[in-house]
This record gives sequence, C-alpha cells and structure tokens, in this order.
Amino acid sequence: MAEASPTPQRPLQRLLAWVDERLPLTRTVEQHATKYYAPKNLNFWYYFGVLATVVLVLQLVTGIWLTMAYVPSGDGAFASVEYIMRDVEYGDIIRYLHSTGASAFFVVVYLHMFRALAYGSYRRPRELLWLIGIAIFLVLMAEGFFGYLLPWGNMSFWGAQVIVSLVGAIPWFGEGLAEWVRGDYLLSDITLNRFFALHVVALPLALVGLVFIHIVALHHVGSNNPDGVEIKDNKDENGIPKDGIPFHPYYTVHDFQATVVFLFIFCAVVFFLPEMFGYFLEKPNFERADPLKTPDLIAPVWYFTPYYSMLRACTFPLFGLTAKFWGLVVMGSAILIPAMLPWLDRSPVKSMRYKGRISKLMLALLVVSFFVLGYLGTIHTTPFTTGLAQICTIVYFFYFLLMPWYTRIEKTKPPPERLT
Amino acid sequence: MNALARAFALAVGVLALAAGAAESEVDLEPISPNLRDKPSLQRGMALYMNYCIACHSLQFQRYERTADDLGIPHQVALDNLVFTGQAIGGLMETSMPPESAKNWFGAPPPDLTMVDRVRGTAWVYNMLKNFYVDPSRPFGVNNRVHPNIGMPHVLIGLQGVPKVKENVYRPLDILDGESALVRGEKGMVYSAADGHDRERVRNTLEVESGTGSMTAEEFDQAAYDIANFLHYVGEPGRLERHRIGYWVLGFLAVLFVFATLLNREYWKDIH
Repeated sequence: MAEASPTPQRPLQRLLAWVDERLPLTRTVEQHATKYYAPKNLNFWYYFGVLATVVLVLQLVTGIWLTMAYVPSGDGAFASVEYIMRDVEYGDIIRYLHSTGASAFFVVVYLHMFRALAYGSYRRPRELLWLIGIAIFLVLMAEGFFGYLLPWGNMSFWGAQVIVSLVGAIPWFGEGLAEWVRGDYLLSDITLNRFFALHVVALPLALVGLVFIHIVALHHVGSNNPDGVEIKDNKDENGIPKDGIPFHPYYTVHDFQATVVFLFIFCAVVFFLPEMFGYFLEKPNFERADPLKTPDLIAPVWYFTPYYSMLRACTFPLFGLTAKFWGLVVMGSAILIPAMLPWLDRSPVKSMRYKGRISKLMLALLVVSFFVLGYLGTIHTTPFTTGLAQICTIVYFFYFLLMPWYTRIEKTKPPPERLT
Repeated sequence: MNALARAFALAVGVLALAAGAAESEVDLEPISPNLRDKPSLQRGMALYMNYCIACHSLQFQRYERTADDLGIPHQVALDNLVFTGQAIGGLMETSMPPESAKNWFGAPPPDLTMVDRVRGTAWVYNMLKNFYVDPSRPFGVNNRVHPNIGMPHVLIGLQGVPKVKENVYRPLDILDGESALVRGEKGMVYSAADGHDRERVRNTLEVESGTGSMTAEEFDQAAYDIANFLHYVGEPGRLERHRIGYWVLGFLAVLFVFATLLNREYWKDIH
C-alpha cells in the first residue's frame, strides 16, 4: 500500500497517488479488504457466500459465450444447443459449466441460507442484509426458471407450461395474466424470446446489482459469526475489534483454498457426470419441445422440487377457490416466509450454539422436511407421497410460524462475552 | 392417475394424449457402450449408413467430425459412407423428403441424433433385437421393446425372420405369479389368458434358420455396433471431455496443495 510519504518516488506509487486523487481506490480496498475486520472464528459454513459469488461470475462468463452461438427461436434453439455441443470449440464444456453452474448456484445458496438460520445471521442489525438476500434468492429462482426454457427441450417446454399455467389459477384475471406472461395462447416462440431477454439481460443486471448492495450492507454491519456475538462491541484502543482480523489476507487465502476445493468437486461433475443421473439434465430434455407429447413425468429441476411438492400437496379446494390456487399460495408463502425471520425470532441469543433444544429440533425438522419434499417432487405422486408431502409442508411452516413461541419459552445458554 | 395428477393434466390442457410411448414388453438386456472400440464404432457407422440413414437422419452430427473421431480417412468416408452426395463437412441428413415420409409412414421417421441420450444405449440395442413377425401390423412386423412400431424390420436380411416361438402356457398360483411379476424376469411376458386367472407366458423369439446372412452372434454384434455408434453420436465430445477433465482435476489438486500451504502460512499466528 502507498506509504504516507509526501512525494512518492517509485512510478507505481506515483500512479497510485494520481489515481487516489481522482478515485477512492486505496480507501475502498482498505475499507472492504485490508482494514475490513471479520470475526476470526468463521467456520466451514461461511464459505458459501464467496462460493456463490464465484458461481455468479462463472455463470456470467459462460453465459456470454453461450449467447454467442445460441439462437433464441422455436425453430433454432434446440438445434443451436446441439451445434454448441458438437461444432463450437469446447462448446460442450462451456454448456456443461453453465448447466452444472445453475445447480451449483442453488447448492451453495441453500447452504448459505442454512448458515444464516443456524447462526441467526438475520437478526438485528442484519435484517436488511437478510431481506436483500431473499430478493437475490427470488431473482435467482426466476433466472433458473427462465433459463431452463431456453434449450427448448421437451422438459423445458412442459415444465414452463405447468408453472406458467399456475398463474392461470388466480381467480378472475388469472387466465388473462397467464396469456400476458406467455405473450401467446400457448407457450411459443414469443415466450421463448421474452424468457431469453429476461434471462440474459434483465435478471443478471438485477442479480449483480442486488449482490453488490448485499455486500455493501454486509461490510457496513460486519459479518455475524458462529457465536452470534458482535465483535464490534469489543474494540481495542485503535478502534479495531479485538476478535477481528483483516479480511485480506486472512480470509482471502482461506476463501481461495475453499474455492479450489469447490472447483474440484464442481469440475468432477462438469467433466464426468454433467447429467448427474438426470437431476441436473433431464433425459426428456434431449428431445426437442413437442406440444403434442407430454413427458411421462413432469418434474422441475431438483432445486425447485421442494416448493413443487408443497404445490402438489394442496389437493382440496377451500372457500370456493381451487386446490391449484391454494397450491400457488402455499408455494409462494413457502418461498417468502423466510423474509419474516428477523421478526419471528424472539430468542435472547442469535446462534444455535446457545439456543435451546426446541430450536435445534425445529431446525433439524425443517432440513429433513425440505429434503423429503425435494425428493418427493421428483417422483410420481401416490396417496402416500401426497400425505407425506402434506406433513412435511406443515413441518416447514411450523418452523417459522411457531418460532415466536418456542424461541421465547425455551431455556437458552448464556453466550460468551468474546468469541470462543 | 390420482385426482391431483388429473387436475394438473387438465390445467395444462393435456387432453386425450394417449399416444405416449408404450412400455417395453421385455426387460432390457444391459450393455455397456465402449467409445474406445473404434472398429465397433466404424462397423456401427457403416451399418447405420447402409440401413438406417435412408429414413433416420442424424441432423446435428457432421460426417467430417464423425470420420475424424472414428479414424476414417475423409476420402474413404466419402466413397463408402456418404450416399447423399454431400460434402464431408455436411450434416448427416436423410435423403427422404419429409412430405413423402409423412405419406408413407403417417409421420416422418424421427431423427436419431439424440436417441441414445433420451432412451439409453440398452434400449437401442434391445429394440434392434426384438422385432418379430406380426401379420396384423402394416409392415408385417412388431417389436417387443417398442410395441406397435411403425417401421419395417430393416435388418431382417441380416438377422433372418424372427418369429415368436410357440407360447408356453403354465397355470400359476396367485402368490407365485405375484412374485414373478415383482421380480420381472427377463424375457417374460405376462397376460391373462383363457381359463386361468393369471398365466405365465414365456415368449421367445426364434429366427428361422437359413433366412439371414448373419449368425445369431454376428447379429448381436451388429446390433451392439449400431447402438455403440448411436451412443457416440449422442454426445461425440465425451472422450475429449474426459481427457481434459483429468488435466483440470490434476491442476486443481496441485493448486490445492499450494493454497493450503499459503493458508497455513498466514493463519499460523491467529489464535
């Protein structure tokens, strides 16, 4: 870094001084890296934020290259994907990086969200950070959904058909709304083109913008940590948190190591298991979209299946509204209800380490129900699986709705003054 | 179909789509494709070009790439395998006009570039081996893997005439029949026939001797070669992808060592 000498001698230092006079370069680097103090006890669960950023960059870069050869039209889309797979140099690898990247994005984001639940990262003063995160999650889901239509395979078509038709379940104006979303009476070339525009321009812009303010908000309030203790409450005479260490170099080398491990696993999938047994790339999607040929089982990609199961778990009409409409309501609520967490959690402590038994049990049940719902969403329904999905849906919502009650009555352990 | 599934079907406007793919009547005999077996792939390509491509295009795959990957010199490929007069860089299209195809078969024969990825290598192999004479069908043959298939048995000259061997009926007690159903023994077809609640019917195919130019083993090999070739065509980049993959993983493994050492060096004074 630039020494505080009045007349810098070396050319690079002079250049830096020149830039700093016009752009807050050194100050920004200090504020966000070399003098940004993070708790020294961040563990495994804190890798997934940076890994999500890595995947975001990967998706942007591979996406740009795919766009160079992709043709967004009902006639050309499927053939252009096969053109990328066969005739574009390294096209198959770029495509698999992107398709595997979509799944990897959700893997790391779900783990990132689990970390927040476990350590109370949504609690004051990080409520807004959490809400921005929820917004990122929503945009990411939309991005995944729109992107999945683009190969114009048969599962692309029918998956989008089912989800868009859900809009039609809204009473009164649902059908008109669905038509407005599709831009046509059926899912067509027009739908494909607008999904393409949203997928490659609108949503990535929104995503990058939201991720930027997510990080700004994070660096403003500082990272939470596995103890849920604010390191800013204990500062030394220079105003530096006693339990904080500079993000750079300590966490950059840490994150670099984690990124290498992540890339190893990720590339093992990309190069050797890109279909992931039909979970990342589904077999019917190797067949061109055919409005007259419904796949045997319409299942969304794995990262949507927990919510899809909740949708299917609603089997009876209520108050004169259809089961499908209630399914839509339940699915939407399931996605949005985590936004309420900062106001649902009444525990005196943040971290699961010091919360009581009920909180631990409820979190465990939430995870189990989410996995079960995810699995059920990939298979045909039977009366048994529908019943199981209904139970799991109730368990999922109980985690949130009962939280004000169980976080208040349970016995908590006193958190330490400083990090352990 | 339960009530919910029905609601969904209605919701998406799926009405009377009974034409879905029929289930195979036999268990598929598993095979494992081998992309390193170039003689097999070359034979598979030769068979495909002689017997299949007249109807079934491979419209996303190019002759040049295929010849290069399979180790066939371009001129040899042009002289012996390209019957459409196309250039070596051309896509492997069929010469059958789609309109006529529709008139002849009811629907144009499907493109098979991706058949391996949609249905699997074993399905292709078993489908080729499970044609049998059935005078009730328009082309005089039916198929046990793809029931009511709308095409002739193109390889009949190689295989010979496959007929269903006299059905062997055997009355079963119900429990026995249940367990046989659950196990789904290979080559078994179950049906309810006259006079019994449930019967076990063992249908085997038998080729009339002297009608085909290949022995049974040779024909199995030919079916394998075609399936193997279509496995290659489904994703021609597999071998190259794996080759690069080992280098990538090797590089990351080495990088991990340095990343770990660097991390340890910095963190040794944090307690």
